[in-house]
Amino acid sequence: MDTILILIHVEKDAAPAKSALEELGAAKDIAEACGATLAVGLVGEALQGAANHIAECGASRFLGVEGAEFRQSRYGSDIAAAEAICRATNPTFVIAPATSRWNRVVAGLAHRLGGRADTHVTDLVAGKGGVTISRWYYRQRMEAVLHRTQRPWVIALEAGCHAPWKGGAGTAKIEPVAATVPETAKRTTVTGVKAPSSGQQTIRPDAELLFVAGAGWTKKQSDGQTHAPEAENLIRGFLQFTNASLGSSKSLVDLSKDGQAVLTLMTHLNQIGQTGSTPRHLKGLSTCCHGEEPHAVGWRFITERRAVNLDPNCGWARGKADVLYVADAFDVMRKVNALLAAKQA
Amino acid sequence: MSTTYQIVVCGSIVPDPLQTLEPVPGATGPTLKNEMMLPAVLDPWAWHALFEAAHLAKNAPGSKVWLVSLGPKAKLQQVMMTIAQKAPFELIAIDGSASGFTEASEVAATLAGAIKAIPGLDLSRLLVFGGWESASRGSGATMQIVGEMLGIVNQFQGVDKLTIGADGSIEILERIEGGKHQVSICVGPPAVFGWATGSLPEPPNNPQVGMANMRGIMPALQKACTSKVGAEGVTFASVALPKQRRDTKIVKDLSTDEIARDIVSWITNA
Repeated sequence: MDTILILIHVEKDAAPAKSALEELGAAKDIAEACGATLAVGLVGEALQGAANHIAECGASRFLGVEGAEFRQSRYGSDIAAAEAICRATNPTFVIAPATSRWNRVVAGLAHRLGGRADTHVTDLVAGKGGVTISRWYYRQRMEAVLHRTQRPWVIALEAGCHAPWKGGAGTAKIEPVAATVPETAKRTTVTGVKAPSSGQQTIRPDAELLFVAGAGWTKKQSDGQTHAPEAENLIRGFLQFTNASLGSSKSLVDLSKDGQAVLTLMTHLNQIGQTGSTPRHLKGLSTCCHGEEPHAVGWRFITERRAVNLDPNCGWARGKADVLYVADAFDVMRKVNALLAAKQA
Repeated sequence: MSTTYQIVVCGSIVPDPLQTLEPVPGATGPTLKNEMMLPAVLDPWAWHALFEAAHLAKNAPGSKVWLVSLGPKAKLQQVMMTIAQKAPFELIAIDGSASGFTEASEVAATLAGAIKAIPGLDLSRLLVFGGWESASRGSGATMQIVGEMLGIVNQFQGVDKLTIGADGSIEILERIEGGKHQVSICVGPPAVFGWATGSLPEPPNNPQVGMANMRGIMPALQKACTSKVGAEGVTFASVALPKQRRDTKIVKDLSTDEIARDIVSWITNA
């Protein structure tokens, strides 16, 4: 019988993150369709609280690698923990949420186990032909459905691709698993987390709206002058009113590297597109950005798209946005902010 | 403390991002329509890794940069013409597929083999650089497996910055969720770094660097060994372009006030 192992890292003995519950929901569906058994592998400093939270998920086993050494998100200790759990369960499938922590180790883990890994998986289906996955190639420009013969098959499932598991809490019995962190891995110490230098958290993965600013915000306007400070105020104000997540085109964030006038609230972490991120939001509003293909591929998972641009022939007009407003973004955003301010008042 | 590094950058080629890509069935799996005709560039994140490697080597005299590149020899030659003027490196070319539909594990085995074959390779000075994901397969798997094959357990992905400390330790900023960076300190080499955007601008062309590089690049291409990488064990049920071309409504005739009201209404309606 196949065994499906799901891996969850636990932060401060808290309830599993939403992405972990989504992964659990997907794994349960696959297990039921395949008649497979489900096992849960937990890694972290303290595990019981998280395990209790999902005690009624139907897993036949809860295994844990627990201890202060496994609190840090570090390759050497995370892979040692995951490997130990996998060797204790001998799984056919290993499913992990595509967090930065698991993404860092899943391929190495599959290599150690003699299996294969697929990352950035957006769908997981069990059918007559077995399990198939969907994932994107060439930076979200084409979608493939595939299956493979190698086992164990380690799968990192993207967030927002499956309904989270919902169920009752209880008391889970965790089987402790010993994992040895090699001395060489201890050459790395995690010292903390650093927020973007802009000082304001502008990347909000859970926001409903994505607001994208392009390089046009820093270009000369109709008066022949640049207005970067005003642009920054308008964008900052809009983010405050809407709690939107802030994205950028590559050309805008590259300006800072080239020493040109920039928007200080923007870092390259905000970059959307081919060499940036591909976030998931219900709505996206693009301003002063041409919507060329390398940028627009980052909008693959934005459901409703609107753009403001002075050029009626820009990329957004060619089937990439639902609505293109041919207008000056400075004028429009001034009015938008005024309306939002009036609404809040 | 002054350390000299052996920095190996793994970087392949991808189609120019402005090209239209269309998947078509090939003899052994999916491929791109007219793949050999598409203009190519060095994979963007590997491009950043190469700049960062050159920058680090420049600041640690005695260090050296190798670029290990797997791709069709003719395409590699074209791309090297462009990047040769950017940074000094020694090319190790491997003639093989650069397709995104190949397996990361097969590519990694080829790269690790090429790295192990570097004369005088010293693990205690080795830093393996690459993009954290390719712009083709986009799996973020290859560098991890290369590291495993080289026995390196200090690995970092989504790296935006490296700072060498006075004691030779390396401070690393890695991308994590929510637009933040995890900060780690690694005692020193060997380590694997999958680079994100980094923090350096594209270097200007330097004809002298280009001339020096080209003296090594052409022989490296001539003696490139062939590697047959594929996707053993994988069956692609389908590969398709998304059917999501939108019927764009172009609004030209509304006043700014009307546009603003329309946008606010759209934003605030759930």
